[in-house]
Amino acid sequence: MAEADTIRCDACPVLCHIKEGRTGACDRYANHAGQLVRLDPHVVLERAVSHGEPVVPFLEASREWDGTMVRTPETFVTAIGAGTTYPDYKPAPFIISSKVDGADMVTVVTEGIFSYCGVKLKIDTDRFLGPEQNLVRAQDEPVGHVTTSEYGSQMLSLGGVHHLTGGGKREGRVTCETLLDLCNGKAVELAIDAGAKLVAQAGRPPIVNEAREERMRVGCGSATIGMFAKQWFGKVDEVVVVDDHITGVLSEHQAGKMLGIAATGIKMKGRRSTPGRYFQVAEPGTAWGGTNITDPLSILSEWNPKVAWAGLRLLMVSTTGEHYAYFELNEALQPVEKDLPATLAESVERIAENCEPALVSVLFMGGAGGSLRAGVTENPVRLTRSVRAALTRVTCGGAPVYVWPGGGITFMVDVTRVPENAFGYVPTPALVAPIEFTMKLADYATLGGHVDSVRPLDSILRDENRRRTAHKAENPWPLAPDANTKAAK
Amino acid sequence: MRERAVIRMLPDGRRLHLHDGPMDLIVEAFGAEECVHAAYAAASARFAHVLDELCGELALLRRQARAGGEAPRGIVARRMWDAVAPFAEASFITPMAAVAGAVSEEILGTMIFAAPLARAYVNDGGDIALHLESGEEFSVALIDRPEEPSLFGKAVIRAVNPVRGIATSGWRGRSFSLGIADAVTILAGTAAGADAAATIVANAVDLPGHPAIARIAAREIQPDSDLREIPVTRAVGPLRQDEIDEALARGLAKAEKLAASGLICAAALHLQGETVSTGVSEVSALRLPTSWDFPLERSHLHA
Repeated sequence: MAEADTIRCDACPVLCHIKEGRTGACDRYANHAGQLVRLDPHVVLERAVSHGEPVVPFLEASREWDGTMVRTPETFVTAIGAGTTYPDYKPAPFIISSKVDGADMVTVVTEGIFSYCGVKLKIDTDRFLGPEQNLVRAQDEPVGHVTTSEYGSQMLSLGGVHHLTGGGKREGRVTCETLLDLCNGKAVELAIDAGAKLVAQAGRPPIVNEAREERMRVGCGSATIGMFAKQWFGKVDEVVVVDDHITGVLSEHQAGKMLGIAATGIKMKGRRSTPGRYFQVAEPGTAWGGTNITDPLSILSEWNPKVAWAGLRLLMVSTTGEHYAYFELNEALQPVEKDLPATLAESVERIAENCEPALVSVLFMGGAGGSLRAGVTENPVRLTRSVRAALTRVTCGGAPVYVWPGGGITFMVDVTRVPENAFGYVPTPALVAPIEFTMKLADYATLGGHVDSVRPLDSILRDENRRRTAHKAENPWPLAPDANTKAAK
Repeated sequence: MRERAVIRMLPDGRRLHLHDGPMDLIVEAFGAEECVHAAYAAASARFAHVLDELCGELALLRRQARAGGEAPRGIVARRMWDAVAPFAEASFITPMAAVAGAVSEEILGTMIFAAPLARAYVNDGGDIALHLESGEEFSVALIDRPEEPSLFGKAVIRAVNPVRGIATSGWRGRSFSLGIADAVTILAGTAAGADAAATIVANAVDLPGHPAIARIAAREIQPDSDLREIPVTRAVGPLRQDEIDEALARGLAKAEKLAASGLICAAALHLQGETVSTGVSEVSALRLPTSWDFPLERSHLHA
């Protein structure tokens, strides 16, 4: 039985044989490259605890109470793990008072169940992900669609009530799982109909068709010409910046004209927009500048023999500097590829250097419904008005949110600013997200709050079953008087 | 080197944590303070010897249980043996299938013997032994996946119910499963009985030969596994609704048989978002949510 890659663990009398890369029966000791190693005992305990707990009132909850946020000497209690009272119209699980600069503040802490929710994905890429409006799928189920493309990024809209509860049973479950994973910072595989496959994870580079996107383009092709024209002047006769959106041509571009760059007789394929700017030089794709071309010369027609000359120097480059090629025209005015001169290599590197890292951004978006608001106040619409009037601050796991104008309390939050594993789900399916409303005690009373249920902060902190987590430095402190709440005078 | 067993109170000051080798127990007793104290002391003293006793007969406990075969001698080992015996004729099963439940029972028994307690539970990684004095009850939440728990049901176990053991088995758990259930939760008269039955029912939730199911011989993963060359489930791809229904129906048929013969009280079977159950009327409070049937509480009993 004892094979070459197996070791014998003597940590306990079970004396497991453990294969390379595996753990023993306890899941605590492992064979790591032939060495017996102990895994973190804490993690195991956590798991043992999560395996089994009698259900107790949520105040005594032990699994992943994920959250008090500590910032000495103040503590903000987040809603993560707080539980919710849906569908009971009862006061929210925690209504906590604390003194901030002498003023009595109240934070109403609850977890919202959002079946009307979704995530907005911003994928930094020039590559063609798929036609607008096409379905985005996870595990073959439709979970969202391709929406608009904004500067350097493709937006996807996932979730929403139609996929969560309006489609098939499996569709709802897969949608919920996809949203949950994205919100909790996990990687998710998505496939776009008639488009690309991608791996998306909040705060990480997107992986499009198995290629990791490194850089966001510095600008469109035309903008790139504008930015780098001076650096090219005198070192090259013509530059084409290949871009699926707007391909730029130096000699025809306003920036080139300003520098007095001579016409070159170049002829571009595609549709000319304004001088030096071309649309649709090729089909969208995942090659040069978000087009489908691998040979840059394929977007050029014959050179005008009356203008072009033998020895003309041509640089072709993509908007990220990832693709480039250098040519010189021969006697027959045919471009012949040559090594990139060092003086031009610098400008190509500069393009790359000026591209920001390509990332996937995940914004959770949901609306606080009537019952959730009822947990805060007996008169839910007053909460909406109070948020509108900036008397009440809304946070999600302590992270700042953007509240949409218009009716209801519809908010968006960058999931990377929310503490880990803040989101949960219920099998309905729907997402469970933390939401906190912070306001002055006096304002809380005015809007019909459950003032009888207010508890002092100390009573929460005495309970040890609270996960304390560090305040994220990039987030404004939720209890700071001026974060975005007007002090009611 | 042999590590000493860990015996300590959890930070909440109420629950006892016992850990030794692969055993990881959370214990809680309710009653007069001095009674709880005496019960914890007794549990700790007993626990320190359990693993050594079991390991003394480990080779035997890893062998297929057969009617009339050699029976083990240790008290926990006998409990394991007795729990799997009813299944030994029809299925491959070793006493190890009931080890966690049997350990829970043993520790609980020690505690009740030491002091009068209103309620108590011993939870060995999801295999739970319960003690309920007349009029007392426990609420139990059922979760599907340990790593990403979501409640899929809730049960209230009252002293008048015959249930004193709860166990869960599934391929995602620490122990191997031959089936594809995410979780099968069994309520039975004893923890060891629930443990063995959970294994049997979870094994029955299956689609033999289905291409989306990855299996590998148990000993490829753990050379000492009592399941030897038997293929155990390592991954289950997405299944169609009719396939989910079919697999659950197979498991449910097995569970209903066990319920009819009195071996279990109730079972809830969970696979890729679907839940089926049997025996719910016997344990009247077991509710399986169709939608928002239960208040959402973030504490879970993986039971």
